[in-house]
Amino acid sequence: MSQVPAAPIGTNLQYRLHVNGDDRPVTDAWVGESLLFVLRERLGLLGSKGACEQGECGSCSVLIDDELVCSCLVLAAAATGQTIVTIEGVAPVGSPSDVQQAFVDAGAVQCGFCTPGLIMAAHSLLQRSARPTEYEIREQLSGNVCRCTGYGRIIEAVQQVAVSRRETGS
Amino acid sequence: MSVEVLSTLHEALQFLAARPDALVLGGGTDLMVELNAGHRQAHAVACVNRVRELRAWLNDPVAATVHLGAAVTYAELMTEPLASLLPALAQAARTVGSPQIRNAATIGGNVATASPAGDGLPVLAALNAIVHLASAGGTRDVTFDQFATGPKRTVLRPGELITGITVPVLQGYQGYSKVGVRNAMVIATASACLAVHAPERSIRLALGSVGPVIIRAVDAEEFAAGAVDWQAGGASDGVVTQFATLAAAAARPIDDHRSTAAYRRRAIQVLAARLLRRAFPVESAGTAS
Repeated sequence: MSQVPAAPIGTNLQYRLHVNGDDRPVTDAWVGESLLFVLRERLGLLGSKGACEQGECGSCSVLIDDELVCSCLVLAAAATGQTIVTIEGVAPVGSPSDVQQAFVDAGAVQCGFCTPGLIMAAHSLLQRSARPTEYEIREQLSGNVCRCTGYGRIIEAVQQVAVSRRETGS
Repeated sequence: MSVEVLSTLHEALQFLAARPDALVLGGGTDLMVELNAGHRQAHAVACVNRVRELRAWLNDPVAATVHLGAAVTYAELMTEPLASLLPALAQAARTVGSPQIRNAATIGGNVATASPAGDGLPVLAALNAIVHLASAGGTRDVTFDQFATGPKRTVLRPGELITGITVPVLQGYQGYSKVGVRNAMVIATASACLAVHAPERSIRLALGSVGPVIIRAVDAEEFAAGAVDWQAGGASDGVVTQFATLAAAAARPIDDHRSTAAYRRRAIQVLAARLLRRAFPVESAGTAS
């Protein structure tokens, strides 16, 4: 009795994701793939970093419909029809956002691995709160682990952006 | 093989009836960890965190309850107006993970996962919440204390979904306290929720992370209700101490990789005393009993 070879289990998903303003097709995906995996391995967006894959480190942070989330904890195929912004979508290459520039100016970057996630978290924080206290900043960035800086300069960078946005009224 | 992003309750229940083996995905903060680690295989996934009926909440001032759709997030619970309606749940919400986790994680998911360390659970236990379940075959309600039968074990049947939780709005102090190794991003080593309902002169104390399920410290509750000074809003140091001792006695903690039974029991003693003192801040002299 002849048998048709079975297709690889669960690798036949096709869907589209709206990432950084582009409609991106995803093909031959497995059911259980995280958004982080799809961003990096299928869409070539390597800015979001994968470390813990359990929502502990924040290095994979992205915005989905303006909410800051860990992309490792988002089922990619469930993010269809939502607006996804990754670190690549924050500002064009060569012209950093005010938060990115402030991180550079404050020396808030050492190895750089946590930086994309922290930039996403800082943008999200400053969008919600124009005058964050240091306590608020620490609480809002508490899901982003940095093992190099000790956080002092990261907090300074966020405070600097808040001040300059108020001064320029932007 | 399918991932279904469901938008109505009817759609969700029909899908679960056809695929009772489907994993139900809420905020993903528990299930995705298991999928990422390869501890679970996904063949079919029912994504319910965008189901309209599950996203909604309703304050019913006449019944003095808040109905929370199962997909209400912790970020929403710690924001007004829900934060003032259910203050202990807002406090618990603020201790959950990080902003990233709270934006995704849902109250229904916390209940369904039924971890003894779930931060929302001692609050729901103390407030005598009702869990609403539905399947294509019908609906049923389960009291919170009947829902979990053990660590990560519940009365949920295949094809059944938590649609929401009804939480009584009490009158009086309520608070949640937790011991963990950090302020943020930490699972509870021990946790407790104390809730006062002044019209009934009742005091409820629910304990987390110190047993297979959330434990109500009934002896401590009954003792405190009869021993505090309801008029003055006070309690003597002796009453606070006795309450804490009874609370610790109700705990059934174990030694594991996070802590020891002895430490957890001691933590409950401290949390119970702290919460009762916050609820009855006047240091009165005697006891009422």
